[in-house]
Amino acid sequence: MKNQNIVIVSIAVLAGMLLAVWGMFAVGANMPRGVTEFSHTAYDLHMLILWICVVIGVLVFGAMFVSIIMHRKSNGVEAARFTHNTKAEIAWTTIPILILVMMTVPATRGLILMETSEGAAMDIQITGYQWKWKYEYLDTGVSFISSLARDSNVARQLNSGIDPNTVDNYLLEVDHPLVVPTNTKIRLLMTSGDVIHSWWVPELGWKRDAIPGMINTAWTEISEPGTYRGQCAELCGKDHGFMPVVVIAKPKAEFEQWLAQQPGYQAAEDLASMAANTIADKQATADKQADDQPEVALVN
Amino acid sequence: MTHADTHNPDRYFIPHNAPWPIVGSIGMTALLAGAAMAMNGSASGKVTMLTGVAFIIVMLFGWFGQVVRESVGGYYNSQVDTSFRMGMLWFIFSEVMFFGAFFGALFYARVFVVPWLGGEGHGVMTNALLWQGFDPVWPTNGPAAIGGNFDTVPAFGVPLVNTLILLTSGLTVTMAHWALKNAQRRALVLWLAATVTLGFLFVYLQAEEYIHAYQELGLTLGSGIYGSTFFMLTGFHGMHVTLGAIMLTVIMFRAAKGHFTDANHFGFEGVAWYWHFVDVVWLGLFVFVYVV
Amino acid sequence: MSTHSTATIAQDHVHDDHHGAPKGLLRWVFTTNHKDIGTLYLVFSLLMFLVGGGMAMIIRAELFQPGLQLVNPEFFNQMTTMHALVMIFGAVMPAFVGLANWMIPMMIGAPDMALPRMNNWSFWILPFAFTMLLSTLFMPSGGPASGWTLYPPLSLQTGNSFAFVIFAIHMLGISSIMGAINVIATILNMRAPGMTLLRMPVFVWTWLITAFLLIAVMPVLAGAVTMLLTDRFFDTSFFNAAGGGDPVMFQHIFWFFGHPEVYIMILPAFGIISEVIPTFARKPLFGYTAMVYATASIALLSFIVWAHHMFTVGMPLGAELFFMYATMVIAVPTGVKIFNWVSTMWRGSMTFETPMLFALAFVILFTIGGFSGLMLAVVPADFQYHDTYFVVAHFHYVLVTGAVFGIMAAVYYWLPKWTGNMYNERLGKIHFWWSVISVNVLFFPQHYLGLAGMPRRIPDYAVQFADYNMISSVGGFAFGLAQLLFAFIVWQCARGGVKATAQVWEGARGLEWTLPSPAPYHTFEEPPTIDDSMVAHGDTAH
Ligand code: HEM
Ligand SMILES: [Cu+2]
Ligand SMILES: [Cu+2]
Repeated sequence: MKNQNIVIVSIAVLAGMLLAVWGMFAVGANMPRGVTEFSHTAYDLHMLILWICVVIGVLVFGAMFVSIIMHRKSNGVEAARFTHNTKAEIAWTTIPILILVMMTVPATRGLILMETSEGAAMDIQITGYQWKWKYEYLDTGVSFISSLARDSNVARQLNSGIDPNTVDNYLLEVDHPLVVPTNTKIRLLMTSGDVIHSWWVPELGWKRDAIPGMINTAWTEISEPGTYRGQCAELCGKDHGFMPVVVIAKPKAEFEQWLAQQPGYQAAEDLASMAANTIADKQATADKQADDQPEVALVN
Repeated sequence: MTHADTHNPDRYFIPHNAPWPIVGSIGMTALLAGAAMAMNGSASGKVTMLTGVAFIIVMLFGWFGQVVRESVGGYYNSQVDTSFRMGMLWFIFSEVMFFGAFFGALFYARVFVVPWLGGEGHGVMTNALLWQGFDPVWPTNGPAAIGGNFDTVPAFGVPLVNTLILLTSGLTVTMAHWALKNAQRRALVLWLAATVTLGFLFVYLQAEEYIHAYQELGLTLGSGIYGSTFFMLTGFHGMHVTLGAIMLTVIMFRAAKGHFTDANHFGFEGVAWYWHFVDVVWLGLFVFVYVV
Repeated sequence: MSTHSTATIAQDHVHDDHHGAPKGLLRWVFTTNHKDIGTLYLVFSLLMFLVGGGMAMIIRAELFQPGLQLVNPEFFNQMTTMHALVMIFGAVMPAFVGLANWMIPMMIGAPDMALPRMNNWSFWILPFAFTMLLSTLFMPSGGPASGWTLYPPLSLQTGNSFAFVIFAIHMLGISSIMGAINVIATILNMRAPGMTLLRMPVFVWTWLITAFLLIAVMPVLAGAVTMLLTDRFFDTSFFNAAGGGDPVMFQHIFWFFGHPEVYIMILPAFGIISEVIPTFARKPLFGYTAMVYATASIALLSFIVWAHHMFTVGMPLGAELFFMYATMVIAVPTGVKIFNWVSTMWRGSMTFETPMLFALAFVILFTIGGFSGLMLAVVPADFQYHDTYFVVAHFHYVLVTGAVFGIMAAVYYWLPKWTGNMYNERLGKIHFWWSVISVNVLFFPQHYLGLAGMPRRIPDYAVQFADYNMISSVGGFAFGLAQLLFAFIVWQCARGGVKATAQVWEGARGLEWTLPSPAPYHTFEEPPTIDDSMVAHGDTAH
């Protein structure tokens, strides 16, 4: 009788685990496959390693449950005395190694893909601030700040009395989204003006930290037009939860049109003459920032 | 009958009732809380710190006094001695790792960060967009020249002299050990006195050097990454030398009182190990902070 | 002076008799007895477990539904930061040190810890350090809110509490290092004749290796936070690029400590499980030497994987690859341990008392945490997982259903030895099932949340995350409640109950079970002579 309970519990646990994994796909609570080559790579690796784990898990836990069901004192089993089994030990050391070695191949390939930012058609500099993002389309004169949309911001105040369900894209909407062209390799240059942030859009397949005083390079090439939402992923202070990222991918022509309408837009030739100034400006701001830094720390 | 008078050398001595640790905890808390208060600009920080220091001094005298009495009273068999030795060695290992953190920072900054800021390798865009014109040569106070211009302390002046002083002191402490093993108490005390003198001489010269750096070279703790690593490494080392020299002084007085025998002198050896450790750290400093 | 000193010594020795524990409050303040100090650690740990748990309840209550209902974001961040610091340094680590204090001398036939006075100090730093740490919550500017990882520049924005937090961490480090030195000296120097290294119980082995890790990395943490302090107050530029430093450098130093630290919190649990499973399977541990080597290699590898916490900071490709490969390698010895536990059960004669239930749950749920660890090691996928609830789920599986379940198994296992009474088995089982179900309700959905894109360390979230958060919170409240039952069971057992035998468990083996229950105040004052029948579940059975 008691035995039966255990059998039932064991089967339930194993079935529950498989169900948990399946259920995840059923309700879409899984990593998005995304809209870039890299996001597909990340997704495929995720699914591969997940299934490897599930298979190993079923084997190991299965063996364990068999043992729990059969090798119990209440069944009148006498304990064996063995403490070694060389063959088994060699097997469970080498097989995992082989599996891992196999895993490293696609993982390494994926990583190299991500680190190859050469050949980008355009550069966007992304600067994190507490608690907003600044986007600069390098060499176009276009730049703007992107922060949490107003209605989300009102609703998210402590005891605002507003039901988040009534707010469109609650916490995932900004005033000025980043607009980019589709099917174009875009290099993203991340930095920060204060503390570390992390720029993340799941559909693009990665996040990258924005670090003050350093530039981190990443790239993306979006295949489908659409609106892609993400959030800051590195704790950056009290409003860390309230600095979303919204990327709108438009077909190239539409994008060019959009860009030309932005305030400050300069055609490429005008820019050449400005370039020298910009760099000097940047140096000056950086110096000032650097001087201010200890100050800021103390004041806060 | 207690075995106070009949302690059995076959038995591991287990002390009972330790009143000093709690005094130490109170002292440590007062010292650190006071320091934190002082850093926040509170006027009562200093007093709190001093109270803490007083507690710690009382604790040290009380605790070590008791250990010394027990040691001299013959309570410690060789197994206890081994525990002390292991304790000291692992403590020194922890100190090595503490210095390791700062050496790590020095290496990481020199080998990776500064070149990146200067646009090498991984840092091309960092330099191009943020720090154009920065020339990544060590010593540096960074692309924003934090703390202003400075000169470095040349290796082959006082630091070299200090190296020789510490090396010599390593020798004298070994001579002291040798004297102890040959039961020559006078020589032991004299060699120890020489070691202590050299130790404090080192600290004195180092202090002079700091004053020189601050007043004439413009080199301060605030001189960017160079100043940070330079002063933190040499500063922590200097604190350790000071501590070591104080411990050696105590050992010298104990030696004069005849506390150590050729067979039983862990107190001496523990401090001697510590002194060698301080010595070795200095060699690392001399090479990586001053010379290279 | 000299008469005085003799008097002091003599007085100290008045207590050096065999009558048992002195009475009164000062007994606990002045004690040098490993069992007293073990008890102090364990009680302190339970207290911190409840304090940290209270903070977790606040976190889960705020996350119960979208929108901010209870606390503002600043306070929320203080809660996540403090919850982690309290649980890591106040609950898990002291619990293991407490277990080490109680059990190691009894398992190796030593009269006490090697350095009993220092042992007292190791403990008595903790209440002071935590008073200092927790008091920062009541300062006008609030407590630290930059996460337990204290990344600059954010942590440098902390208000007046900053220096107090740093110094509290220094004190915790000093306490841990002294505790670890004591453990190492005890194990290496205090073993009874015949207790060779390879006859030691696995718990003792895992603690030996843990102590080594502690001494190696706690000073590095001290160095890292010292640099934070000087960057904040004394103008240094360690973590400021403008001065030639780098904020990421802090992360390297921190994780050089941090990754071994996570193993510090699991290796002793490995040891406990390796005691409990053989006892209730009535069968020697499978692959004792393999267990020892696996533990040692996990510990050594833990020094070269630190940057797997930093895959998104933008390291050069070579570094990312190196840390990915090294991290994957750690999974191999970890796997060996799991296979050995399952093989120990195989063809055993098992019974399922509460300690065994916790041990079995440990094997399954820790393994699930190991699986997610393996997934996190795959860098391209980690670019998605990093800093999401997936990571939160990972480390709670290894820490709660790993480390904490290990501690609970240990408490149920040895409680009869400590108190002389059996705990209430019925309540123990209720506690187990209640915990094991609620903990999965609490943490399993967090995998989904992370994969679906919910970042960690946020007080409010987009509405598509609402359902799983609500489920998780319900699990959280239930799990929290279950632990009050645990505290009650322990309290009840300390008060009285069915008297325990010396052996306590039919299959128990090892020196500690040769002692009466409760273990007398002083044990093994004369070293025992060890024969094979007294050796714990090692290879030596044949
Ligand atoms: C198979 C073994 C393991 C592997 C491969 C592994 C891998 C990882 C990786 C790659 C991360 C970083 C994830 C990220 O932030 O993106 C991580 C985080 C973490 N792991 Fe593990 N892990 C393993 C076992 C453990 C164990 C045994 C513990 C503790 C008992 C542990 C505790 C943690 C903690 C606390 C964090 C998060 C730290 C933080 O960011 O606050 N892990 N693990
Ligand atoms: Cu953020
Ligand atoms: Cu890790």
